[in-house]
Amino acid sequence: MSSPIELNIDHVANLARLALTPEEKAEFAQQLGDVLHHIEQLSKVDVSQVEATAHAFPVYNVWAEDVAQPGLPVELALQNAPAQRNHMIVVPKVME
Amino acid sequence: MNYEAVIGLEVHVQIKTHSKVFTRVAAGYGQPENTLTDPVVLALPGVLPVMNKAALDAIIKAGLLLGCEIAPICKWDRKNYFYPDSPKNYQISQYDQPICVGGRVEIELPGSARNVMGEHTHIALTRIHLEEDVGKLNHFAHDSLVDYNRAGTPLMEIVSEPVIRSAEEAYAYLTSLRATMIYGGISDCDMEKGQLRCDANISIRPVGETRLGTKVELKNLNSISFVRDGIEHEIKRQIAVVQSGGTIVQETRDYDGMTGTSQSLRTKEMAHDYRYFPDPDLMPVKVDAAWKARIQTECPELPFDKQRRFLTQYQIPYTLTSVLIWDRALANFFEQAAKLCGRPQAAANWIVNDLLRELSHAQVALADSKVTPAHIAELVALVDSGTVTNNAAKEVFVDMAATGDKPGVIVERKGLKAETNADELEGWCRESIAANPKALAEFKAGKESAINAFKGPVMKAAKGKANPKLVDETLHRLLAQA
Amino acid sequence: MPLYFRTLTELADQLAAKTITSTELTQAVIARTKAVDFQVKAFNSFDEADALSQAAASDTRRAAGQARGPLDGIPIGFKDVIAVAGQPLTASSKMLANFISPYDATVTQKLKQAGAVCWGRLNLDEFAMGSSTENSAFHTTRNPYDLERVPGGSSGGSAAALAAGEAIATLGSDTGGSIRQPAALCNVVGLKPTYGLVSRFGLIAFASSLDQIGPFTRTVEDSALLLRAIAGHDERDSTSFKTEIPDYRAALQEKPGPWRIGIPKEYFGEGLDPEVAAAVQKAVEYYKSIGCEIKDVSLPHTEYGVGVYYIIATAECSSNLARYDGVRYGHRSKEAKDILDVYFKSRAEGFGPEVKRRIILGTYVLSSGYYDAYYLRAQKVRTLIRNDFLEAYKSVDVILTPTSPTPAFKRGAKADPLAMYLCDVYTIGVNLAGLPGISVPCGFSRGGLPIGMQLIGQPFREADLLAVANAYDAPHAWGKKTPTL
Ligand SMILES: [Mg+2]
Ligand SMILES: [Zn+2]
Repeated sequence: MSSPIELNIDHVANLARLALTPEEKAEFAQQLGDVLHHIEQLSKVDVSQVEATAHAFPVYNVWAEDVAQPGLPVELALQNAPAQRNHMIVVPKVME
Repeated sequence: MNYEAVIGLEVHVQIKTHSKVFTRVAAGYGQPENTLTDPVVLALPGVLPVMNKAALDAIIKAGLLLGCEIAPICKWDRKNYFYPDSPKNYQISQYDQPICVGGRVEIELPGSARNVMGEHTHIALTRIHLEEDVGKLNHFAHDSLVDYNRAGTPLMEIVSEPVIRSAEEAYAYLTSLRATMIYGGISDCDMEKGQLRCDANISIRPVGETRLGTKVELKNLNSISFVRDGIEHEIKRQIAVVQSGGTIVQETRDYDGMTGTSQSLRTKEMAHDYRYFPDPDLMPVKVDAAWKARIQTECPELPFDKQRRFLTQYQIPYTLTSVLIWDRALANFFEQAAKLCGRPQAAANWIVNDLLRELSHAQVALADSKVTPAHIAELVALVDSGTVTNNAAKEVFVDMAATGDKPGVIVERKGLKAETNADELEGWCRESIAANPKALAEFKAGKESAINAFKGPVMKAAKGKANPKLVDETLHRLLAQA
Repeated sequence: MPLYFRTLTELADQLAAKTITSTELTQAVIARTKAVDFQVKAFNSFDEADALSQAAASDTRRAAGQARGPLDGIPIGFKDVIAVAGQPLTASSKMLANFISPYDATVTQKLKQAGAVCWGRLNLDEFAMGSSTENSAFHTTRNPYDLERVPGGSSGGSAAALAAGEAIATLGSDTGGSIRQPAALCNVVGLKPTYGLVSRFGLIAFASSLDQIGPFTRTVEDSALLLRAIAGHDERDSTSFKTEIPDYRAALQEKPGPWRIGIPKEYFGEGLDPEVAAAVQKAVEYYKSIGCEIKDVSLPHTEYGVGVYYIIATAECSSNLARYDGVRYGHRSKEAKDILDVYFKSRAEGFGPEVKRRIILGTYVLSSGYYDAYYLRAQKVRTLIRNDFLEAYKSVDVILTPTSPTPAFKRGAKADPLAMYLCDVYTIGVNLAGLPGISVPCGFSRGGLPIGMQLIGQPFREADLLAVANAYDAPHAWGKKTPTL
């Protein structure tokens, strides 16, 4: 099956912040084309009178009272950091 | 050709809560880096958000104060974009079902003079929604350091309709909005601490045109004056572009308040695709009448309503009200003092002129003031009864601001009680009248105020301790005979 | 029967009777793991010393008369997506290869509270995306009944470890069948509870509206025991439901049936392996023989399940996995020169092909201009699928289907993603509808491969579902049969 023209894989990969090799792009475009083709069948269903299900069992007003609890000690908070300095996460310079 | 500006403001206001909006670690400002985090704030694998009830109460209050419709049901959406200050790389926000819809902010435009009330009008709101704040980036020469203390702080986004017409109106809008939030106890709105942040969408069009021009988003307007300056600058920039034959590009620009310049951050082509969708981790919120009613009872009178009441109820001048109303505590202080002494104008004068001056000299907040409404009332009574002169009362005020002693105690301690020896006083009055025949003639001719010319020499002779009320009475009696 | 192959229930009784100690049991499990895991490869990691110290603590409690109940001292393995403080949490991804969790999942806390020995990190398809455990970034787990075949997935490590005697029970997670399908392929009982019955706090999210943690056990009775320990409302999971947690094990006896069992014709059509069909049919006959009423029901929107699932699950995963960006934790590319590099390259290096595929698909279906056509429509069809089940439950108590269309397939047999996705055709509807589903062993193929049947229950009525399942499982006890390794 051919890939649907709409799936602009470069654009989508950019949104997803995912670098893909040319091989991956070609492979994914073909495979996802098949999947999207399978998904096409949903357009047969008349959903005009149907509400969307966002939660299997929706309940309202699930919250907690505003009472502060202890958090993570900074050492534990940063224990998995790829790079840190002065108790902060280091990233390459961000231009705003 | 004449151009008019069309401005819409997006204001982010941090809500003052103990804990964050979707987890219970403490929210706060000025703490050591990354000490206000937990697995949820850091978006560690496996964590889930839980709503903060107090943040919902606060935004409902904001909505009621601003006349919004509170949506019976609202929900949570994810706004997806990558940025290192955003731990999940999506922000939990509200997209198509915000909690507050519509509403308006009352503003006052500048009057014709400082003591003249300006025109009042309303800026319509589109919506207010609740979302979470991001962390903070600190930039260094070669890298940036991320602190997530701020991440997850509850944030209200207040979106105005594009109905603001000038930088002046934007300034008035923010002033009023800020006061409303502070009045409601919703936020401290300290712009230096980032508790209130403003972005402006600005376009221009020829006067008479009804379609909107291409809008430019102006970011990082981090003080109310910068908002005004930035908008003014942007309007001028756009007019200059159009007049020189150019076209406005839809873009986001960064305004630098220090240099008064702006530069492009990104154009429409680079605009985000946020891929909003309902957050499956959070349940929707249903606000019923009882909840709204409960919050309604916590809603204070707003500044401009207070001002209208002060003008009619206390008959005090506009200039005094326009100082008193912007600070809820100050307005309350005034009302207590006014009630205690029954002399609103005198109380207002002491508060606006002397109390604020002393507080600012000593860098003391009103809440920590040693001067109480009772002090003010007692001082007004001492002046009215002629126990102290106005000049002496000024001295008493400075003393009580510093010591917190009662005015009567200070008068005793400093020996500031007015001179009341009637014979001596009458002698000084006679001498003063005799020394100023010109003023006597004017008084006789019906110029009542000429009497004041005799008072100075009397006070001088009395070394400032003459009872002003008695001086006035004595002079009137002698002048009637003269 | 060696200790490591006994049921949780038996072992609980023996620990209570002090005929064995937790240390002996844990040592037996550790020894068994060391003996067979080089073949099965169910574990990503285990911490022998830590497990033994937990076991010793349990024995001390018991000696002091302070045992905490039936799970005290029982070694339970964790799918490597459930957080245990101080232990690795990898999701079988290079992205998290070096990640140590600083916190406990709610189920972990509950099991620790119950005295269980938290034992080992079990392999899975990377980020729970797959049906064969071949998508693990570390190694492929083998089916203990045939090492050339897959154990199913994504909780393949949890199913295989239990089947091979490397744990007494395990925890998995199920988004579209990831507990039930590997359970069926490995001859164990796998339960996916009602969405909201078990807290998801501390479970690495794949698709938040579908994910649910559940137990792998050798018998339905064991499942009832373990479910009770992990179920219950959690303030840290807003989607967890406030409902009474009954004594599921006691309910097995209290609910004797007979039941009305629905057979949906849509689950017995094209693509179903005849040996699987025959085994499931035999189970149906058994239920009939004990007086159950067997009724045909229809779930007309079944054919849309896979499509709906792959839209919703990938959309949610594209957002859930955005946090793996190389900034705060996880893999950061050594090639990254600017912040965009950190994102693009770390994610390119850290994620495997199936994860990338799903992120791309999910990003696409949410992107500007496509949301209504894909995501919103899928959410609506999801409603129809759910309504199908609710309609069926007007006339039946449970629904019985095959768990997987085929027994375990050979490694590498399903290179085509769509073919792999269709493995979940019978299990996906349960997640979309939020229902409880259990896979119970119901026989073997002529080639000696396990076959499972699925029983689907009504929301939050796990007590009924387990009772129905137990009525078959207790007398058959296929799960007590062990593989030769
Ligand atoms: Mg906005
Ligand atoms: Zn915002």
